[in-house]
Amino acid sequence: MLAMAFIAIYHKKLIVAVIATGALGLFASILYLLLAAPDVAMTEAAIGSGLTTIIFFYVLNRIRTDAKEEENEA
Amino acid sequence: MNKLFILIIIVALGSMLYPLVSSFDGNSELSSLAQFYAQPDNISKVNSPNLVTAIVVTYRGLDTMGEVTILFLTAAIIAFFLKKGGTTRTLRLNSEIFKTSAKLLVPIIVMLGVYIFINGHLSPGGGFQGGAVIASAVILMLLASPNTKLKHNFFEALESTSGLVFVGLAALGALLGLGYLDNAILPLGEFGKLFSAGAIPVIYSFVGLKVGAELSNILNKFQSVQSDK
Repeated sequence: MLAMAFIAIYHKKLIVAVIATGALGLFASILYLLLAAPDVAMTEAAIGSGLTTIIFFYVLNRIRTDAKEEENEA
Repeated sequence: MNKLFILIIIVALGSMLYPLVSSFDGNSELSSLAQFYAQPDNISKVNSPNLVTAIVVTYRGLDTMGEVTILFLTAAIIAFFLKKGGTTRTLRLNSEIFKTSAKLLVPIIVMLGVYIFINGHLSPGGGFQGGAVIASAVILMLLASPNTKLKHNFFEALESTSGLVFVGLAALGALLGLGYLDNAILPLGEFGKLFSAGAIPVIYSFVGLKVGAELSNILNKFQSVQSDK
């Protein structure tokens, strides 16, 4: 879990950092299960490591396209 | 130099919080707040094996109403701000394996989500979890065939109706004189059956449908404003 957090903060490429954030959510979900909270674990696994990673990828795609458009115009 | 500064701040925060972690023993019995809810004669009043669901829906039902409102606000704000879209995308075709397996998996995942929120009072889970699983099925469908246009009107109608029914059921508890969002307005059946625990499965099913429709709307909005060269 600590390794994933380090990768998420310190890696150069954004894509790898986003995937590391998703994996961190997955490990957090396992931790919740070990602390006897299955409802929270289910919610964290579905939302934290599934949906927010996908939303981050959509936003990354949009930022990259806008940056390319500005480069082409300027 | 910047990163060194960040590392120093993180280490300082960690050393401030360390005494809390090291003095944690683990409770040997429930804390006083948990003992207020986990009494044995509460079981016959609420009649649901999953106490977390009972607390979320009936004992602290007003907080659930607040969370549903926050989700609704988020979906409305995202739909308000993301407007540009509709440019055609030239995409690489997905592989045949992916498309076929997505078609196979999406109904199964939707069924799993519906199972989770219908059995909210019997096994771990509930409305929010089931709604998130349904939204995962929708995102799989969107990733497999990116040019599908989801029926906007259906999802919006589903979300609005579910919200209205949830508020109506909550108010019904107050009207029939038992307290806001009580679950004795429908008959409490036997302990552990599907149709037991009063209005808890009904309330949670509508919350699950609402959350699933909202998250699907949000994802569809994000996907429809993509435009790439």
